[in-house]
Amino acid sequence: MLETGVESQLISPLLEAKSLLCERDDRVLFEELSFAITAGDITQVEGPNGSGKTTLIRILCGLSSAYEGQLSWRGRPMSQCREQFCQQHIYFGHLTGIKAPLSAEENLRWMAQCRGSSLKGLALDNAVDQALAKVGLHGFEDAPVYTLSAGQKRRVALARLFLEPVALWVLDEPFTAIDRNGVAELESIIEQHAKQGGAVVLTTHHELSIDPSHLKVIRLGDAREGL
Amino acid sequence: MAVEPEMTYPSLRQGLWAIFKRDLVIAFRQRSDLVNSLFFFIMVITLFPLGVGPEPEILSRIGPGVLWIAALLSTLLSVDSLFRQDYEDGSLEILLLSPQPLFIIVLGKIMAHWCITAVPLILVSPLLGVMLFLDAETIGVLIVTLLLGTPVLSMISAIGAALTVGLRKGGVLIAVIALPLYVPVLIFGTSAVEAASMSLVFSGQLAYLAALAIFSITLAPFAIAAGLRISVSG
Repeated sequence: MLETGVESQLISPLLEAKSLLCERDDRVLFEELSFAITAGDITQVEGPNGSGKTTLIRILCGLSSAYEGQLSWRGRPMSQCREQFCQQHIYFGHLTGIKAPLSAEENLRWMAQCRGSSLKGLALDNAVDQALAKVGLHGFEDAPVYTLSAGQKRRVALARLFLEPVALWVLDEPFTAIDRNGVAELESIIEQHAKQGGAVVLTTHHELSIDPSHLKVIRLGDAREGL
Repeated sequence: MAVEPEMTYPSLRQGLWAIFKRDLVIAFRQRSDLVNSLFFFIMVITLFPLGVGPEPEILSRIGPGVLWIAALLSTLLSVDSLFRQDYEDGSLEILLLSPQPLFIIVLGKIMAHWCITAVPLILVSPLLGVMLFLDAETIGVLIVTLLLGTPVLSMISAIGAALTVGLRKGGVLIAVIALPLYVPVLIFGTSAVEAASMSLVFSGQLAYLAALAIFSITLAPFAIAAGLRISVSG
């Protein structure tokens, strides 16, 4: 798994944002937003509907360029290390990217191969099987995804997180359509990932049962709360 | 995180092959898309003898143009679905965030799209050529021009598709963007076939078509990749 080193954790954050500003339709979603995400952090982005949580997530993972300010990855400006950043983070959005005509196994395989996974042949098959077993889809590997339920589809998409160790998980509403046991499991998986030296950024409206001392919160939309 | 993980450059061939195979498998599981553009191509050409009359002189005179225009329109018809599904189910976001250069992913997708839409069309065109009273040599040249020209058509229309994929109704816009750029391909394609039917030299036109193909295959993916980033970002 990921290597950890206490001393270097103090030195350089994984992802750093400096005075981010985002406007949409002449409305300032957030301004002067600065934060750093270091290894071992679980960062929750909070705020009411429409406060820009998803926009911030999309800016962080590089899907949207509609912002001002600086983003850096491991101390280097994002524009200089896009490939490295893409290889070391996984984005899980509202739209899962799961192809309905393909089976769960085929879906995970193309996703791994498009990431340039070093796994090949049997090793990749094993990794896919293990990832699917981890999200409780053992026995559904070969069924076309359109035959699965909404929650199971989300689980197929979540299985991407377990294919290969990746430093940063960026999760936008990961608990949607997941059952109660699944939520508890996912929370413990997120905590475990942070303990092993990974970092997680997530948005959710769900009350997290993660130890508050490990949890950082970015609150959006405070300015308009009185309106 | 003690050590920064080594940047291992992903294998381009693996990425290209993965996306190519994925799109082919999906197309063969949803056969309707596969048949649509082929059926359109055949129907348009079958309508011509009914419309202008069955005289061999007229049909063999307009045949190359008819085949080329039908190929052009059926490419336009099929290209709207090129990025649409990926955009709607979110897999386009995953592709944009993959460490592979977007150039390679786009190339893989268009190769698959060309195999699904243009190859069947090229395969039936000899049959339709016979229906339009083209002689054997003309049909041979027609196939060569289609083989060289359809990749250019796919590349050009993919630029339009990439720019309009974020819009609710992009279909008409693609036509406005792509149709003017089809003109050189149409001119060289039809004039090569016409020259062949009059037993003239046609290697010049073929050379121009080949140059257009190489030009568009090497440069269009950059434009398509930029278009996709704009569409997803907005």
